[in-house]
Amino acid sequence: MNTYVTVIGLEVHVQLGTATKLFSPAPADALGDANTRVHVIDIGLPGVLPRLNETAIELAVRAALAVGGDVQPVSIFARKNYFYPDLPKGYQISQYEEPYCRGGRVAIAEDRFCQLERIHLEEDAGKLVHTDAGTLVDLNRAGIALVEIVSEPDLRSPTEAAAFLTNLREILRFAGVSDCDMERGSMRCDANISLMPTGSEQFGTKVELKNLNSVKMVQRALEYEERRQTAILAAGGNVTAETRGWLDERGESRSQRSKENAPDYRYFPDPDLPPLVISEAWVESIRSQLGELPAARRARFASSYGLPEYDIGVLTQDRELGDYFEATVAAGSDAKAASNWIMTDVLAALREFGVPLEDLRVTPARLAALLELLSAKALTAVAAKKVFVDMHENDREPRASMQALGLERIAAPAMLQPLIDAAVAALPGAAADVRQGIDKPLDALKGHVMRATKGRADPHVVEQLLRTTIGGA
Amino acid sequence: MSPEPIDAATIAADVQSGRRTARAVAEASLARIATTEPAIHAFLGVTADRALAAADAIDDRRANGEPLGPLAGVPIAWKDNLVCAGEIATAGSRLLEPFRAPYSATVLERLEAAGAVLIGRTNLDEFGMGSTTENSAFGPTRNPVDPTLVPGGSSGGSAAAVAALDCPLAIGTDTGGSVRQPAAFCGVTGIKPTYGRVSRYGLIAYASSLDCVGAIARNAADLRLWLRAVEGPDPADATSLRRGEAKPETADVPRDDLTGLRVGLPWQLNGPGIDEEVSAAVRTAATELERLGATVEECSLAAVAHAVPTYYLVATAEASSNLARYDGVRYGQRRDGRRLEAMMAATRSHGFGHEVQLRVLLGTFALRAGYHEELYGRATRIRDLLRREFETAFASYDVLLSPTSPVPPFPLGSRLDDPLAMYLCDALTVPANLAGIPALSLPCGSTATGRPIGLQCMAAHGNDDALLRVGELFQRQTDHHRRTADLAGDVDGAVDGNPPEAPTA
Repeated sequence: MNTYVTVIGLEVHVQLGTATKLFSPAPADALGDANTRVHVIDIGLPGVLPRLNETAIELAVRAALAVGGDVQPVSIFARKNYFYPDLPKGYQISQYEEPYCRGGRVAIAEDRFCQLERIHLEEDAGKLVHTDAGTLVDLNRAGIALVEIVSEPDLRSPTEAAAFLTNLREILRFAGVSDCDMERGSMRCDANISLMPTGSEQFGTKVELKNLNSVKMVQRALEYEERRQTAILAAGGNVTAETRGWLDERGESRSQRSKENAPDYRYFPDPDLPPLVISEAWVESIRSQLGELPAARRARFASSYGLPEYDIGVLTQDRELGDYFEATVAAGSDAKAASNWIMTDVLAALREFGVPLEDLRVTPARLAALLELLSAKALTAVAAKKVFVDMHENDREPRASMQALGLERIAAPAMLQPLIDAAVAALPGAAADVRQGIDKPLDALKGHVMRATKGRADPHVVEQLLRTTIGGA
Repeated sequence: MSPEPIDAATIAADVQSGRRTARAVAEASLARIATTEPAIHAFLGVTADRALAAADAIDDRRANGEPLGPLAGVPIAWKDNLVCAGEIATAGSRLLEPFRAPYSATVLERLEAAGAVLIGRTNLDEFGMGSTTENSAFGPTRNPVDPTLVPGGSSGGSAAAVAALDCPLAIGTDTGGSVRQPAAFCGVTGIKPTYGRVSRYGLIAYASSLDCVGAIARNAADLRLWLRAVEGPDPADATSLRRGEAKPETADVPRDDLTGLRVGLPWQLNGPGIDEEVSAAVRTAATELERLGATVEECSLAAVAHAVPTYYLVATAEASSNLARYDGVRYGQRRDGRRLEAMMAATRSHGFGHEVQLRVLLGTFALRAGYHEELYGRATRIRDLLRREFETAFASYDVLLSPTSPVPPFPLGSRLDDPLAMYLCDALTVPANLAGIPALSLPCGSTATGRPIGLQCMAAHGNDDALLRVGELFQRQTDHHRRTADLAGDVDGAVDGNPPEAPTA
């Protein structure tokens, strides 16, 4: 039914999570006041030379290994020459004919992969800020280490493109390469898309899409472009080879540059940098520290812990969360109970306190101890949530929090009976309904007792006592 | 009246022993500069305050019994394409004005750490592009030997400052002969070390794969003192040689005489196209080396036939990229334009001189898509070939000899309109840059009219020490370097007698 096959290839820029820039000792943190994160090297002052940041190479190799790429023993830094005010040297240091990594692949579905052509290292440019007073240049970002991951044109739909990006992001986060935050620009994507008649082997004319700042935008822009090119071809027209910018708020793209106007970057090997030599021994030592990648971990979480697919998806979204889960189970928790708590309370706490997982003071051992108290019915589920928050805020063990908050579970009928009586007296209508065999008002009565005990009452005991006290049919 | 020529080693020894104060040395140097500058114009800026402060600090250290560096109190001038923290840097160009450097070149930092007194910035062809110092945006420098002659270039200011006895040592840079050729023209001694032996950090790049920081002095012994102080790995320069890559003093070269020294004379560098008096002086020098025990024979270096075009391809290609940063956006001059491209184009068209624009255009052409392989790619392969030929030659010879320049110094203005003839003058010096090997220019006599002639000695990659030892032994047994110093001594006469006129370009 489809007349055309869509062919998509992606070029993804990923900011490496280094403390300093690729060729200068300035902090690699584009936040902060304009032009405060710059070294003379980043301004391109006369006489400066690039100094290669070894950590960036290590992270780049991690990225390569995480996607199964072939790290090249020797690669070459090249200058990409063009004039622009955000490019301080008048050239960008990149890699051209000899990138540091070739090949690799990223899963886009069960048993379907997109091959990678190459990955190369390069430095970021600065940023132009347009103001009423004129255009200003901020070089904080200039020189930050990037890898550019170039896929083969293996993707056949916008959905596959989105899956590629989602999986790539997960893998790179897992491998500790980058936070891959597309909104903050630490992961950026350009897409090439063309259409060819079904059954054809010959790719159509491709269009490059830019300004895609989220996975959703990539998908939307590709869907728009798919429709646009289909309409042109269906009307017997020809697609123009060009670069188009995506305008998300309008839901359409605009032509930025035709291919005839493509600049000549006059690439040549950067004479300031000797060939980049990455020894096999170094690659192997990085590989040994790479650890388990998401796909392998998902399979293991299913077989070792018998968790549902949804839980596995959440727990493997980044390495630290999965590690936290496993440590909690290792400390004695039931896997599903630990998973439930992590997916709800732990993630909620991280958002609420605005801390990374490593700074959460409810360690896996403490969470395991809390879950043990819960399963021993030493406290109620409602109380456990309060204890959890207190454990982080006051940095203490669950039992200490529980006692400090006075949240031990109340299950003794003798202690609860006066509260039961008070609830029945306060809500006579509800009690009468329950007596008639209508169960719903029971919740209101239970809630009354719970409020009176600040959530400490054992709900099962309360229900039992309520039914006994009210009596009836 | 000219002062007595004193070399750097003597000054350092005297300052260390207390025979002279660093302040007296610096004051004498500043006074000499004031006397010679009107006739010579070797300097673009004299850093008197910096020099006197440094000199006083050294005298204080000595008074406090603190150890002094190996260059204690030696006044040193530096070519104005090396940046010095707090000082103006121009690279001989209007475009950079009014740039003041916030950091220092590694070589200058190391010199100051060794006790040197930085005395001023010397004149040069704009961005190092030229062989006469006439391409400076701030007017030409004149040759102290004869102010009607060019001092050579592009380190013409540095060579002239040493020849005029302004200071015993000056830093130059050498991309295709820019230290050796002016040293030869001014009758002084100059070295281009092995590529990477001295850090390029802070050198305003012309052609990065060829640029070397070098020095000019009155003798080879002072150059060794200089090299000791500034050489070595620099984390700021990824192309600086790592420890162990530069060879230590080799056993191949005897310490006290030249017995057993194997000298080769590549016929391609000693043949046609070379001025007869220059050829004769080099042959005489070769005979002197034989007399000192060396064996001298003719040899061949076929690839040098392609050296000049190869050099101009590589140098201009790299320059077109290195000079792209001078766009008027962040520092230096800016010309207004209605659009961004117009601003950049106007800035560069007005800021760069003709020779610079010519070379940037040539280099841009050489790197164009479609031509890259035919031009830059081929130049890279010829370079590899040349490197291998030198390696083969150095398996048989310790040193290769040639003239430094095929011609003796010529009058100002006489060659400006013939760039090709000017480029061919580099034929003997560019091979060493293309191969990255060390090369030294030693005075070896003069023409009948008293124009200095330079002898170029080249050695294998990393053999700078052996090369300097040959120079020292040659100078211990001959007095060419002292005679040319005498020739150059009396430049102050030109001030009251016959003030030189500006050349007509």
